[in-house]
Amino acid sequence: MALENMRPPIESGCPDGFQYMHPVMRKNFGQWKYHEHPRPGVLLHVAHSGDEIWTVKAGTQRILDVFTLRKLTEIGDKYADGYVRFTIRSNIEYMVTKEDQVQPLIDALEGAGFIVGGTANSVAMMSHTQGWLHCDIPGTDASGVVKAMMDELIDEFRNCDMPNRVHITTSCCQINCGGQGDIAINVQHTKPPRIAHDLVANVCERPSVVARCPVAAIRPAMVNGKPSLEVDEKKCICCGACFPPCPPMQINDPENTKLAIWVGGNHSNARSKPTFQKLVAAGVPNNPPRWPEATAIVKQILKAYKEDAKDWERINDWIERIGWPRFFEKTGLPFTKYHIDNWRGARASLNASTHIRF
Amino acid sequence: MAKKIYDTPMLDELENGPWPSFISGFKRLRDEHPDSRINEVAGSLLGQLEHSYETRKGYWKGGTVSVFGYGGGIIPRFSEVGKAFPESKEFHTLRVQPAPGNYYTTDMLNQLANSWEKHGSGLITFHGQTGNIMFIGTTTEGTQHFFDEINDYGWDLGGAGPCVRTAMSCVGAARCEQSCANEHGIQRHLVNEFTDDVHRPALPYKFKFKVSGCPNDCQNAIERSDFAVIGTWRDNMKIDQDEVKAFVKAKGRQYVLDNVTSRCPTQCMTLNDDDTLKVDDHECVRCMHCLNVMNKALSPGDDKGVTVLIGGKRTLKIGDLMGTVIVPFKKLETEEDYESLVEMAGDVIDFFAENALEHERTGEMIERIGLVNFLEGIGVDVDPHMVNNPRQSSYVRMDGWDEEAEKWFQRKMEQAAG
Repeated sequence: MALENMRPPIESGCPDGFQYMHPVMRKNFGQWKYHEHPRPGVLLHVAHSGDEIWTVKAGTQRILDVFTLRKLTEIGDKYADGYVRFTIRSNIEYMVTKEDQVQPLIDALEGAGFIVGGTANSVAMMSHTQGWLHCDIPGTDASGVVKAMMDELIDEFRNCDMPNRVHITTSCCQINCGGQGDIAINVQHTKPPRIAHDLVANVCERPSVVARCPVAAIRPAMVNGKPSLEVDEKKCICCGACFPPCPPMQINDPENTKLAIWVGGNHSNARSKPTFQKLVAAGVPNNPPRWPEATAIVKQILKAYKEDAKDWERINDWIERIGWPRFFEKTGLPFTKYHIDNWRGARASLNASTHIRF
Repeated sequence: MAKKIYDTPMLDELENGPWPSFISGFKRLRDEHPDSRINEVAGSLLGQLEHSYETRKGYWKGGTVSVFGYGGGIIPRFSEVGKAFPESKEFHTLRVQPAPGNYYTTDMLNQLANSWEKHGSGLITFHGQTGNIMFIGTTTEGTQHFFDEINDYGWDLGGAGPCVRTAMSCVGAARCEQSCANEHGIQRHLVNEFTDDVHRPALPYKFKFKVSGCPNDCQNAIERSDFAVIGTWRDNMKIDQDEVKAFVKAKGRQYVLDNVTSRCPTQCMTLNDDDTLKVDDHECVRCMHCLNVMNKALSPGDDKGVTVLIGGKRTLKIGDLMGTVIVPFKKLETEEDYESLVEMAGDVIDFFAENALEHERTGEMIERIGLVNFLEGIGVDVDPHMVNNPRQSSYVRMDGWDEEAEKWFQRKMEQAAG
């Protein structure tokens, strides 16, 4: 298209959400008094004015085809008031003003195959990334892992009977776009990158790749008479940071790209300060299409947590109380040399006391 | 040309089980959509994804695609196996900024679906991890046409690459009794001040704003954003003692002792003999636990504002970092209050642009230069709320001690004078 026919963008940025908000929420903005959890998947918020908003939350496949999206909007038009929102974990929420709208809405959602739940002390919808479907550096798929795992955790999503809420995340590389979770299932590479030396000179800006390495294991080198890069495999931590700026540094491998499982990430300031997740299991096979080994470990952890944690303890609170030795005992997971941190600041993670549970 | 159907035995396994299946959705696009272009794209995509499942590898590479006038906002994807799966060989994603709190009318969702099936694959995600609506899968030409169409009715691209990214905020004051801030206003004031930095990537690396209305931080702002704004309050929490009594009656005293008072991180609350609650608000750290448990009885105070934490990020390159308190408390009531928050964000972004190394996040820059250099760079005074504990190493040159101590007393005097 000729330049003069190009349309300049309207730089409107982030739109005003009030136009899309339920009128009762607009009216009572900042004036809510309390909420109740009448049943799993349903929240009741009551405003100082006495107005009520009933929210029905449902899990979806996250990657929506237009048929599914239109089914969701059709349900919103027929059984709700035409106002919805999406949560940070990609659940859809319908907001209505009357209790008698709730059951028909739930029936319509469940009738169409959506899963009502995900509120309060549930295993919430797993937050996930793009994976093989769309990412340029993924070690695994995302939507597939989540679909397979949510099939098995569906009762925990529906029933809200865990000690506190459980947020599970997945990530398809060690950049970890999936973020922090009570349980995280993340790619962990186990071998250094294989380098396609013929391609490096044409594809990669070598100094940037050298700078990207967290442990300075990469240096420029001439290989077969061509400028390339070499990796000190004794130093390499197999993180894959060199792969995005330099695709010939092939880190993904059908066998040696594994999954690792981390627990205890908690975003909330409630009780203790926010915490990052800690490694509990690794070497888990990256096994499509249903990743049964990863699911089995997640279920093992959830079972121990559910049996042993007290009310309101998130996974990190629970482990803080019982101690890590007992966590490994209760979950049956092995404790290895890889669990002892050696990254910067690692000293703070060592037990410099006689505080030992027998 | 007859539509090609690839065998997808592995993906078919993901149609089993009770959770909604994205694969079934892809197949509906392949088999049932009236537009043959969409049928072919979905079929080809299923073929490539099955190939990934079989070989356990991804086959997309990046590139450079944007719309006229912008430098970012699109995630370009070209297939490395495009010869085998030609109809989806260009499969770019448009990142589009949603409203704060992710509100939509069903009419607007339908309108977006109509535009997307005209120009794209028919696959949408609400939302990606940064917070964008992800319109997944179109050609270079399709990105321009789709953007032109939705930009006309109020939607703009988000950030991609080393730029200010799309921001996120929680459900907030629109529906939550814990909200201590106008998350909506904060997000739009902040991110819309920097639209140029969103659309034309020119920073050392990404820069993210996230807003949570209370310290429950439902947006994971402290862990995941360079600039986290968290609602809080500084007067006493509100206690409805009748509701406290009703709660104790319903749950029993032992439940309250086990789950409310003894879980308080600063032990600032006592359950009285008459089943009322006493709180020493001076010791309260606004952790939210007791308000979460007894949300009818306990509420945030009236003197609301925000805490700002800077430098949160995920793993690469130096490891995960949480944001650090930079502003312990700031009122956000008047237009001037908002302007000064936006001004501070501008100072932070300017300092980041000038001082961070390539591909270094704000938190990593702070780690490298030290918090004090960062504070001096953005003109913020030191404050004991910024640290867990003071320095424990004596390896530091301190010949400016007297001047620094004088500054502290001077600030205290100015504060006392109001």
